[in-house]
Amino acid sequence: MPAVSKGDGMRGLAVFISDIRNCKSKEAEIKRINKELANIRSKFKGDKALDGYSKKKYVCKLLFIFLLGHDIDFGHMEAVNLLSSNKYTEKQIGYLFISVLVNSNSELIRLINNAIKNDLASRNPTFMCLALHCIANVGSREMGEAFAADIPRILVAGDSMDSVKQSAALCLLRLYKASPDLVPMGEWTARVVHLLNDQHMGVVTAAVSLITCLCKKNPDDFKTCISLAVSRLSRIVSSASTDLQDYTYYFVPAPWLSVKLLRLLQCYPPPEDAAVKGRLVECLETVLNKAQEPPKSKKVQHSNAKNAILFETISLIIHYDSEPNLLVRACNQLGQFLQHRETNLRYLALESMCTLASSEFSHEAVKTHIDTVINALKTERDVSVRQRAADLLYAMCDRSNAKQIVSEMLRYLETADYAIREEIVLKVAILAEKYAVDYSWYVDTILNLIRIAGDYVSEEVWYRVLQIVTNRDDVQGYAAKTVFEALQAPACHENMVKVGGYILGEFGNLIAGDPRSSPPVQFSLLHSKFHLCSVATRALLLSTYIKFINLFPETKATIQGVLRAGSQLRNADVELQQRAVEYLTLSSVASTDVLATVLEEMPPFPERESSILAKLKRKKGPGAGSALEDGRRDPSSHDINGGVEPTASTVSTPSPSADLLGLRAAPPPAAPPAPTGAGSLLVDVFSDGPAAQPSLGPTPEEAFLSELEPPAPESPMALLADPAPAADPGPEDIGPPIPEADELLNKFVCRNNGVLFENQLLQIGVKSEFRQNLGRMYLFYGNKTSVQFQNFSPTVVHPGDLQTQLAVQTKRVASQVDGGAQVQQVLNIECLRDFLTPPLLSVRFRYGGAPQSLTLKLPVTINKFFQPTEMAAQDFFQRWKQLSLPQQEAQKIFKANHPMDAEVTKAKLLGFGSALLDNVDPNPENFVGAGIIQTKALQVGCLLRLEPNAQAQMYRLTLRTSKEPVSRHLCELLAQQF
Amino acid sequence: MQFMLLFSRQGKLRLQKWYVPLSDKEKKKITRELVQTVLARKPKMCSFLEWRDLKIVYKRYASLYFCCAIEDQDNELITLEIIHRYVELLDKYFGSVCELDIIFNFEKAYFILDEFLLGGEVQETSKKNVLKAIEQADLLQEKTENVYHSKSFIVCKRAY
Repeated sequence: MPAVSKGDGMRGLAVFISDIRNCKSKEAEIKRINKELANIRSKFKGDKALDGYSKKKYVCKLLFIFLLGHDIDFGHMEAVNLLSSNKYTEKQIGYLFISVLVNSNSELIRLINNAIKNDLASRNPTFMCLALHCIANVGSREMGEAFAADIPRILVAGDSMDSVKQSAALCLLRLYKASPDLVPMGEWTARVVHLLNDQHMGVVTAAVSLITCLCKKNPDDFKTCISLAVSRLSRIVSSASTDLQDYTYYFVPAPWLSVKLLRLLQCYPPPEDAAVKGRLVECLETVLNKAQEPPKSKKVQHSNAKNAILFETISLIIHYDSEPNLLVRACNQLGQFLQHRETNLRYLALESMCTLASSEFSHEAVKTHIDTVINALKTERDVSVRQRAADLLYAMCDRSNAKQIVSEMLRYLETADYAIREEIVLKVAILAEKYAVDYSWYVDTILNLIRIAGDYVSEEVWYRVLQIVTNRDDVQGYAAKTVFEALQAPACHENMVKVGGYILGEFGNLIAGDPRSSPPVQFSLLHSKFHLCSVATRALLLSTYIKFINLFPETKATIQGVLRAGSQLRNADVELQQRAVEYLTLSSVASTDVLATVLEEMPPFPERESSILAKLKRKKGPGAGSALEDGRRDPSSHDINGGVEPTASTVSTPSPSADLLGLRAAPPPAAPPAPTGAGSLLVDVFSDGPAAQPSLGPTPEEAFLSELEPPAPESPMALLADPAPAADPGPEDIGPPIPEADELLNKFVCRNNGVLFENQLLQIGVKSEFRQNLGRMYLFYGNKTSVQFQNFSPTVVHPGDLQTQLAVQTKRVASQVDGGAQVQQVLNIECLRDFLTPPLLSVRFRYGGAPQSLTLKLPVTINKFFQPTEMAAQDFFQRWKQLSLPQQEAQKIFKANHPMDAEVTKAKLLGFGSALLDNVDPNPENFVGAGIIQTKALQVGCLLRLEPNAQAQMYRLTLRTSKEPVSRHLCELLAQQF
Repeated sequence: MQFMLLFSRQGKLRLQKWYVPLSDKEKKKITRELVQTVLARKPKMCSFLEWRDLKIVYKRYASLYFCCAIEDQDNELITLEIIHRYVELLDKYFGSVCELDIIFNFEKAYFILDEFLLGGEVQETSKKNVLKAIEQADLLQEKTENVYHSKSFIVCKRAY
């Protein structure tokens, strides 16, 4: 084939590109570009009409400039003109420009859609494909609205060319992914499934992707595809390497199609039909057998294509999780790859084995590879491969090998890359707790973690060791002894001081009998660290000191001396000062009995899921090997890591006392009030200790870690976002709305602006405007504290059928909100049809380490889409009579909750959205209104009448609309306003 | 697939194809981050990496890096071969393709990609069929081109 130079050369473009390439500096480049932009602008504006060729050339130059990273704000119109050119070459460039630089400018979209419509109707396959590519590339909602109904027709039409069918299938897929509600299901869906049988391999390849996506959403409707997919797969797998001609890739028959078919089958459980199942198992076995055959080519493409199918086959086997024989074979195959010379294969084998480890059938087989995996952890040169090895060790860990794996991971931690240290720490902490046979091993392991990687031990980890030590009295003496020894190291990590301080404060008495760790020795050891520590740790140590006064009366004088020192009593930090003052007073005024009560040993913590697991999950993002979430795992195989299980290791009686450590506490404890009496003190002391720390602001290392934390956890769709349709609740549960949500909502029925919600941490303000069936809402989230909110993620959720009634598009907001700062979120709202329940707003964030979540009702009620209608008395009565069916009317008689002021009532009714009609009701005291509720699907005319009775302090409210639920709903909404 | 980027060893972006709606700002940020990450990797390292909640699959051909972002469930190896097939298509079309071809004929690179991948999914894997579609288009172009300009504009890549 001749080299490029096909006849379309645009000389001017080539010259321009080489000019740019010759620019010696960024400035020169910008200068050249500006010159060109000015030139193009003047050409476009010039009086002389440009011919198609020049237009194409200039549009192409603009495109090039845009792709260099510069902004382009003109040329769209010229590009749109090119679309309607009947010269292919111009049309093509026009489409390319539109695809790359789509602009939601509504005027243009209409023109673009028009051009696309013409091309789709042209019956010229080349033009049709261009148009379909453009829709698939842009994939916007507007395009979906315009074409989602036409494309299925093109896809299944008997006379469509193969290439058109291919483009139509994937075009429809893109639209369906973007706005599933716009793609009408219907007669075509049955015919789409049969495309799996198409003679043209390209058509099948394209169609499988579409079918897979449709299956995921409506598995039952597409069940017939299973047997079709199996027979297609079987034909490919058993074909000789040359049968499929151009669809054979480096001696592998149709690898892309095979992978897609295997993917499709993973949408379903194993086939029920025995014959189909038999055929499929045969396929899977063939693939496994072929993996053992000598390669037909030395090219890496051959082995990649072959292994792509193999890995997808293994995924399907794991997905079924029902064929022990296949699972073990898969595991052996992966075992071979663990030592393959291709890094890529080692990586994938480690990854894939992670999921195999969670199957009860193959768990043992995976465990046989432990030495290879440990070796990989030590010797792999690529950090991402080592990471996989660490993941696999974690997944294959159980009671039998926990000690070996934990010690290997600890050893690895010493040299591990900074990027993965925190994760390793979390994993070690979880395994140590889960498989602890004796708790001294657990305590040793955690203290080792702090020693080796103190900076990466997050508060969840050391909180947890405190919880466990507090709850298990058999380990308390050992813990006290061990931390005491650990603290004797000349340089020990601050986290060690925290753990040591807390444990000695609680259980120091257990080792006080040994003269080497007598109370004064314990105290001076701790106090020797005091001055090097951060405020948070010093605050904790002060609590330890007051606990010492109770445990060891002989230290009272010394400790009071410390508390009394100017550096404490007049400390610039208010928390430290307050603790010093309060503890000093407490120790001097309270009797021994009171002291003993107030400073009693902490009660056992209530049993709950380790927050470390939650943290690990957040770090890894959703679906991170936690097969349980994927619903893949057999619930009976409880002994395997990766899933979320409550740890059954700590035994304690659940205590009725509140969440003492405040790990998942809602608002942080307020600063302790001044010590006025023993009663309030009691409360304070309990809320002190590590619990109070989140409110002290993050210590430096916490801040550092949280920066490392990917913003992913709450936003698994990060990339899909911005302005994506509001995500559905997804796998995360949205809590129920807060109790006062309804009351808050009521405040906004008649107005659009105000404060929606406020507590100690957060204020949410609302500003909104509505026109016809559209609305825009601005939400302002204000951080009222001085500490940054992290992982801040507000999402809008549509409960029930609301998705089909109301479309809310949200823009993502920054995941961090600085103390005192405010962020704004814009919501675009479209009312599709009448609705009764408002959407929910779920706000989640982390404040000082504690997750916070809040669900509110978004102040979007049906009356927001009211358009006031003026009418004369005669018209009003005529319409009123037309709506006289009993179900069209809703009436309520109710007592006034507010003073009955005519002006206020008027304002409320106007705010509600209807027009107020004067001189209609014969009684001038009464109010009469009319309006139309605008939704995309339909309009609902509404008439209303409000009759106040000042004497009885009552109202009678009557609503008549053409739709029964709307009448009732409006009546309820409005009745609450007076 | 969520997007595909082609960039040079110097970090210059040569082609970008996005299959998910993102703002220009976000696209630039992602590009910057990924170019940096991928360029920092050593030659023998594995071709896959986790990035945010996506998997990145990349491969270097001469001076150009081809880099795809796929989702958690997608197959890494087949993506690697998607890259390779695209390179083959470019190579066949341009005749031993080099970075300059893609710079000077960037629109062609996009057209070929659209015939091969659509909406992030493989549309047609047959080399013959893809190139046939492009050639047909070229033929159409030549016809119309000649009506306009009798002078033929031959852009020979070696000239620059």
